[in-house]
Amino acid sequence: MSLTTAPTLTPSKSNRSSLRWALSDVLTIARRNLLALVRIPTSLVFAVIQPVMFVLLFRYIFGGVIHIPGVDYVNFLIPGILVQTTIFGAVGTAIGLAEDLQRGLIERFRALPMARMAVLGGRTVADLARNVGVVIIITFVGMAVGFRPTGSFVSYIQACLLMLVFAYCISWGFAFVGLAAPNSETAQAMTFPLIFPLTFASSIFVNVPSMPAGCSPLPSTSPSRSAPRRCEGSCSAAPTVPPPG
Amino acid sequence: MSDYAVEALDIVRTFKDGEVRALDGVTLRVARGEVFGLLGPNGSGKTTMIRILSTILKPTSGTATVNGIDVVKHPDAVRRSIGLAGQYATVDENLTGFENLRMIGLLNHMDKSLVVKRAHELLEQFGLSDAANRTTKTYSGGMRRRLDLGAALVASPPLLFLDEPTTGLDPQSRQDLWAIIEGLVEGGVTVLLTTQYLEEADRLAKQLVVLDHGKIIAEGTSQELKTRLGNTVLSVTFANTDDASRGVELIRELSPTPAIIEGTVVDLTVDRGPAVAADVLRRLDGAGITLAGLALREPSLDDVFLNLTGHKAEDITEFLADEAPASRRGRKART
Repeated sequence: MSLTTAPTLTPSKSNRSSLRWALSDVLTIARRNLLALVRIPTSLVFAVIQPVMFVLLFRYIFGGVIHIPGVDYVNFLIPGILVQTTIFGAVGTAIGLAEDLQRGLIERFRALPMARMAVLGGRTVADLARNVGVVIIITFVGMAVGFRPTGSFVSYIQACLLMLVFAYCISWGFAFVGLAAPNSETAQAMTFPLIFPLTFASSIFVNVPSMPAGCSPLPSTSPSRSAPRRCEGSCSAAPTVPPPG
Repeated sequence: MSDYAVEALDIVRTFKDGEVRALDGVTLRVARGEVFGLLGPNGSGKTTMIRILSTILKPTSGTATVNGIDVVKHPDAVRRSIGLAGQYATVDENLTGFENLRMIGLLNHMDKSLVVKRAHELLEQFGLSDAANRTTKTYSGGMRRRLDLGAALVASPPLLFLDEPTTGLDPQSRQDLWAIIEGLVEGGVTVLLTTQYLEEADRLAKQLVVLDHGKIIAEGTSQELKTRLGNTVLSVTFANTDDASRGVELIRELSPTPAIIEGTVVDLTVDRGPAVAADVLRRLDGAGITLAGLALREPSLDDVFLNLTGHKAEDITEFLADEAPASRRGRKART
């Protein structure tokens, strides 16, 4: 067996082309993570089936007993589901990064001439792409169960963009958890104390004034309180959002 | 530009604030086009050395150049001139064999069309064409190692680092991988490999360095090491410990190196096995000692270690927890 391995060193790069390569590296890593998303059935379940189940659960099982003054509950619920789904999705980021570290894949990346930031940049860009999908799916599922944004189409798009910015920030937070965890199992456990207050103990499903006074500081300061309410505000023609409780 | 593919001078690397000295002043020079072997048990510092040379880890002190480039000052240029296949066959399980190679090629900033061509070439070469479009989750251990090696070769680097390339492989896969590595060397690639197996070092590496506790305890060609060690180990099993202590006095002088006594078993390292075996039998028979067993075998890494250091290779497992998995270690060291 003979191999043609002429010592061909890549020429060193100028600043402009190094930015171009950094972008290319981010896309290469993002593509890798998106392929994994499609190929691991559980991650697809978390991304698609679970949020649909939550929509149905709160729309039809619990929704009947939740009354939000001035808003149709389904219009209150859908932005909240979007926030919840992106946060749950970010858990996958933490686990995935911890796994990459554990298996030595990041070690291999570090011995390549790629941009250092592409490992995290690619991961979060993949999250962003996934979240675009989530927004589209949840919007249509929401429509099917009675979600009717009252604002213009443009303001709905703005609301979605705001949601994606919020989700992108959350991705980086969970990426940090994944890097700090000693292994993927611990990474998963470490995310739980984060996702619980960010999702369930928040105003995603109910509004803050309905809670006992002692409970309200947490949900009313939670980032996942303001994000869905902001979106809801953009969804509606009139500012129907109740002031922070 | 340095004449050596790798030149490492007095490399020290400590962990845990200096408590653990993984490398304690290692100097090595790898000539272009040769296969250089780092031999040693787990925790001897082999992987740490590879990680420093592949720019993953910075040395605590000492300097190293790879292809003439300083690893600390110009890590990016070093990365463009090396290929690394780590200890754990680090392929992405969710990607196919082809996708893995394409990803590594693109991250090496190769031209897209060239990457595709090169990926297919390597898959073909390593007998993975049929499995090219299967996710590597379904690959056997040997297939993963071959793909891992392929990934290290995508950018056609002139220098390859192989960290225990055959650890955990079955004998057939090991033979296959050895043949592949030999083929690469014929093609002009310089290889620095680590191994725990004397047999592997013997077959592949021209120059060898034996590491123990982060220090070089022996170096030379494998032939030199073997000569120093003797070519055969004669293992004499006595019926009881009394016989053993009496008998060892009679046969001790037959070996150029000290006899190693463990219970009723006495190991002698000798050059001419059969002749010495006959001599051993005559002497012990003359003294009226009956043997429980007598065996001739090839020296193992254990024998090298017992001879060079007086302790067994496995005795230093306290380092094991620090060495693996390597990736965790690097991050700790950076923070």
